[in-house]
Amino acid sequence: MAPTTQAAKGNKVGKYLLWTFVAALGALAVGTIALRRGEPINALWLIVAALCSYALGYRFYSAFIAAKVLALDPVRATPAERLENGRDFVPTNKWVVFGHHFAAIAGPGPLVGPVLAAQFGYLPGTLWILAGAVFGGCVQDFVILLFSVRRDGKSLCQMAKEEVGKLGGTVAFVAVISIIVILLSVAALIVVNALKSSPWGTFTIAMTIPIALLMGIYLKYLRPGRVLETSAIGFVLVMAAIFGGQWVSHHPTVGLWFTLSGTTLAILIIVYGFAASAVPVWLLLAPRDYLSTFVKLGTIALLALGILALRPTLHMPALTQFIDGSGPVFAGTIFPFAFITLACGAISGFHSLISSGTTPKLIAREPQTRMVGYGAMAAESFVAIMAVIAACTLQPGAYFAVNSPAGVVGTSPAAATQTISSWGYPITPAEMQTLADKVGEKSLYNRTGGAPAFALGMATIFASSIGGDALMAIWYHFAIMFEALFILTVLDAGTRVARFMLQDALGHIWAPLGRTSWYPSILTTSALIVGAWGYGLWQGVNDPRGGINALWPLFGIANQLLATVAFCVATTIIIKMGKARYAWVTLAPLAWLVAATFSAAWHKIFDPNPRIGFLAEADRYAAQLPSLPPEIAHGVAKQILNDRLDAAVTALLIVLVALMVLESAREWVRVLSGKKVAKVQESPFVATRFASEEPA
Amino acid sequence: MTRLKALLEVPLTTLAMTLREIFDENAYARFLARTGKPRSRASYQAFLDELRERDATRIRCC
Repeated sequence: MAPTTQAAKGNKVGKYLLWTFVAALGALAVGTIALRRGEPINALWLIVAALCSYALGYRFYSAFIAAKVLALDPVRATPAERLENGRDFVPTNKWVVFGHHFAAIAGPGPLVGPVLAAQFGYLPGTLWILAGAVFGGCVQDFVILLFSVRRDGKSLCQMAKEEVGKLGGTVAFVAVISIIVILLSVAALIVVNALKSSPWGTFTIAMTIPIALLMGIYLKYLRPGRVLETSAIGFVLVMAAIFGGQWVSHHPTVGLWFTLSGTTLAILIIVYGFAASAVPVWLLLAPRDYLSTFVKLGTIALLALGILALRPTLHMPALTQFIDGSGPVFAGTIFPFAFITLACGAISGFHSLISSGTTPKLIAREPQTRMVGYGAMAAESFVAIMAVIAACTLQPGAYFAVNSPAGVVGTSPAAATQTISSWGYPITPAEMQTLADKVGEKSLYNRTGGAPAFALGMATIFASSIGGDALMAIWYHFAIMFEALFILTVLDAGTRVARFMLQDALGHIWAPLGRTSWYPSILTTSALIVGAWGYGLWQGVNDPRGGINALWPLFGIANQLLATVAFCVATTIIIKMGKARYAWVTLAPLAWLVAATFSAAWHKIFDPNPRIGFLAEADRYAAQLPSLPPEIAHGVAKQILNDRLDAAVTALLIVLVALMVLESAREWVRVLSGKKVAKVQESPFVATRFASEEPA
Repeated sequence: MTRLKALLEVPLTTLAMTLREIFDENAYARFLARTGKPRSRASYQAFLDELRERDATRIRCC
């Protein structure tokens, strides 16, 4: 045998052995997570299970999809090459696109969802994050990215219109607008719940305004274009603000200025959202956007390093009794509610917008869509695993005290700790007070929304090695600042994007409304969008159950329905490509999403349990209404209206997506039965000039 | 030391390029190349005007 052949054979055997080892290690880790009961486990098992699952999924499943289903073509020129203009279309190094795409898809969702779902224990969330990402989320991001690349970077809505039909396009548009509005309501509520009665956190976030303005001036007048340098300076100033926040929180007068109620914070955020959309405040918004990205990427990297280095122990059991649907954080059984709660860490419909937005215009070679689409989602899923670890590192009693609303556990510390201890998760008022003192807060009860619990978990992990209890308050407020800053950026960017989409749609009815520079149109559409999410925020702030119980499932349903739309489009294209025998790759996650989201929607509308069903809760309040004094009756009447409105919004989303699924299925039948010629709307083939360069 | 430097050169350069792309520094450099303008307050303002237009439709994820 020739030496080269022998070396190749040895190499092949080595690869087989390596992947067999990865598979065995992954199976051992998943087995340990799934089967260990009655004793705490180390977070390292979750990390090993995750890394092995992503490695196997990427190496084998994504390679199968790339070769058999999508037939990635390394010699086909991408729009970045064909339409290169140095502005939107720019062929870019694959690692750079990967980082850019990851920075765009990483948001608060994969941090908050897993924290909320931890009420079921660490097992359901971990398993779904891994399976959902490998077989669903990563696949969605990958196929939508490739299909957009083959269509000159067209958006999901445009692809839905061209491949499924006009109805598909309309449904996709309404789904996108709805999810943005619901997302912004939830995001704003998370910020309010994290900052209410917290002078330290509020001061730090307030300080980001002058810091961003300083950054804007520096960037514009002193060092034009030096964004990284400016962001680093901004980061140092924000860290100083965090330390300053400690002084503010202890100051008898200044501390009071920054101790704000939920309703005051809600009003401030609504005003901020409107100003960010309607007033040209670039000097503030763009530098803050850069600062937020800088902090986000740094924190995610820091958290990953911290968890890998410290390998904390998980105190939450694998499964809690709340899988029966009686959970205090949100009501509902493990199926379907765990799946719509976890949302972004496993499958995020929102990613289909990024995969058919900026990213396809940067891809230099078709095969790179695998690494960017599938790979970046795997990285995002790993962020969700870190959130599971952060939440489950907390003592369960503390976790439930922070995440349970007063309406469920009681308003006083004694009542809350007694209720939580009676569930089998012992906690005392003294322990909660010690914890609050350690993080520099007056109280940690009823901090619903997931962000405070995540911050507490992150602070606990870091304080166990760097600075101990002395720095725990700094870590906690760093995490709160990171989440709030990040969410406020999503809030202002989301409001602007929704405003543009609305202007575009209204322009078809009356042309001047479509002019993005016409001020009456800007003010009207900004008011409509801010009014829509502001109403949801107001509803959440005044909800005795903390708002998250109603709004997060609604957000999860909307997000997963958007993924349903993306899978409908993808399946249609795969069938039209003549690859119907592989349509199960997108059809299987589509079927799962339909089952989970439609069941969840049904429960949220019609479940007879008032903690779950919107209509049941409205009926219960309606029955109480005649016996209530007028000052309380007014608030209850509003709650009834809100419940019915939430039910109507859920029903509307479900009906629209059901139409989308039916329209797609009709298209599949027509193509498969030969009644319609299968023709995809791809751009014509042009050979790449990069073919002779390095392999993609 | 030289070997370590050589080993780290590619990943560090890629990381720097990625950060420059994420933070729009590359976009500004491309703008300067495309328009033939020098780095200045005026050219940065022109770049920002163009960027604002693009950013208005750039979605951030949840």
